[in-house]
Amino acid sequence: MNEILWISLEALIKAIIILSLLLLSAAISVYLERKLSAWIQLRIGPNRVGPFGLLQPIVDVVKLIMKEDIVPNGANKFLHGLAPVISLAVAIMVWAVIPVADPIKIGDHIIQMGISPNADIGILFILAMTSVGVYGIALAGWSSNNKYSLLGGLRSSAQMISYELSMGLAILSIILISGSFSLSDIVNQQFSHWGGFRWNIFIQPLGFLIFLTTAFAETNRAPFDLPEAEQELVSGYNTEYSGMRFGMFFLAEYANMATSSAIITLLYLGGWTLPFAPSAIGLEQGTWILGLVQFVIFAIKIYLLVMFFIWVRWTVPRFRYDQLMRLGWKVLLPLALLNLILTSFGVLFINH
Amino acid sequence: MLELYLPIIVMVVLGVVVALVFLALSMWLGSRRATPLKTTTYESGVEPVKTARERFSVKFYMVAVSFIVFDIEVVFLYPWAIQAGTLGIIPFIAMIVFIIILFAGYYYELKKGGFEWD
Amino acid sequence: MNTFQIVFYLFALIVIISAMGVVFSRKLMYSAFSLLFTFFGVAGIYALLNADFLAVVQIMIYVGGILVLIIFGVMLTTKITDVDMISGKTGKWVYLGASIVSLSVLTLLLYMFNTVNWNLPGATAIYHDSSLDALGTVLLTKYVLTFLVAAILLLIAFIGAALIARKGN
Repeated sequence: MNEILWISLEALIKAIIILSLLLLSAAISVYLERKLSAWIQLRIGPNRVGPFGLLQPIVDVVKLIMKEDIVPNGANKFLHGLAPVISLAVAIMVWAVIPVADPIKIGDHIIQMGISPNADIGILFILAMTSVGVYGIALAGWSSNNKYSLLGGLRSSAQMISYELSMGLAILSIILISGSFSLSDIVNQQFSHWGGFRWNIFIQPLGFLIFLTTAFAETNRAPFDLPEAEQELVSGYNTEYSGMRFGMFFLAEYANMATSSAIITLLYLGGWTLPFAPSAIGLEQGTWILGLVQFVIFAIKIYLLVMFFIWVRWTVPRFRYDQLMRLGWKVLLPLALLNLILTSFGVLFINH
Repeated sequence: MLELYLPIIVMVVLGVVVALVFLALSMWLGSRRATPLKTTTYESGVEPVKTARERFSVKFYMVAVSFIVFDIEVVFLYPWAIQAGTLGIIPFIAMIVFIIILFAGYYYELKKGGFEWD
Repeated sequence: MNTFQIVFYLFALIVIISAMGVVFSRKLMYSAFSLLFTFFGVAGIYALLNADFLAVVQIMIYVGGILVLIIFGVMLTTKITDVDMISGKTGKWVYLGASIVSLSVLTLLLYMFNTVNWNLPGATAIYHDSSLDALGTVLLTKYVLTFLVAAILLLIAFIGAALIARKGN
């Protein structure tokens, strides 16, 4: 009983730290999006609150909390409230299996840098949670009693389940190579060959492209932002949301962007590993300084990807729905299967 | 086992709690001045016509049906993928046969036009 | 009562309450969403029994696929979403029939529960680590034929889906 209490306590502390970092990173992403889009469009962007407008996201959240929560006529009150809760909760839960650095040692204790990075199920848990995320949006669309919302929610759920398949197949190829579902194992696998540079992007270029595309689709980001296509659907599934309920969808979207970037980094870009052995710059395995350095590297990679997400959004036009479905079912799915078969042949020849 | 899954449960609970706290905060702090006009659903500035919960295209439903079949296939592939390096040649051939059988189904639906979104 | 049991009964409670929600709620949409929590509870019980892969599969297929299909189905049929389920179609005879069927199922389950020898020594010893590795090996060596039969079953399902979808042309 006592041991269980300690495990839960440790998990709770780590969970709160990771949660704060996640919410912080969502705020940073919002700021980055506004600033980068402004630069792309030759505007200045937020610059009033704090130095360079850095405090803008915090002010936004406070404003959203103080705003009125409007539940429209004929809406299903319970489900209307439940939908943003599902969206945000799922965006947070995914981090239960994502590690941020190598485990560190304090005294005799080995502390995992992540909530439960060694769980065998690892990446499968993320896939499962992604499939739950569909409900937040589908529910929001249905419960609002608004035609635009319903269309947005439907489009989104069909889009997400279509692209989930290719995502699963791309992940399968990675699992074939690493022989493990655990994200720490996948990262260590990449680090242990070719002098720390056997990143999966080099041996799985096609898989990387497929995964990147599906990550855009799963996060409902442009060019896959049909669920909230402003020109046709006003604001899609969240048309009838205001105040912090809208804010929760907003937070979830930006948290998901950071999460997707983290997963891409872990699966394809070597995760938190340094490009050389840590001992080369005098850092020992298991010290907290190394853990910190690795975390910083991980964060830098995540933010480069987040900026890529933003850059794409303000550069590429939106797909039409039939194009989206064709891309998902007729291009990505066969390509992902092909990639899987090629990878399995490769693994077979290397092992035998 | 427990030390691996208990933290996940903690995180799941925390995620739900935080989301509920946000919801409660906005209910508690937000202003409340709903008027009948304010709570009408948005329909490009005109009076909403009928209910929004109308029937929609069956194509969405068909996407879900195709998805389930493929999803089950992918789930079968996971236990294989994790052992593929050690299992040897015969399980490998079995898996290729499995994929080919399912690809036949995919090809059939493709030719039948199941993935067209007219 | 140790922690294992506490967690087990917690999940069991979730399953039972949400399953009752499925049966008793008056709106189809609420039934569908109660089912969501039932599936989650069952996944939790699987995880508790060291069948972690099964737990994730439960969420991926049932929550991510089949329930989406059910909800699409409910949303697809207009006017059914808000219909009052207890609307005069139910009478004494329906209640009686339902009671007989469910009581006999309950009796059967209780009979099985009491007669089957549940003690499986060694089962936990084999799968103490993860059910995954063992599952992959067994599926592709001992049960490879069953595995391929499953593939053909999926193929049939696929063709059936395609046929229904494109009945017109």
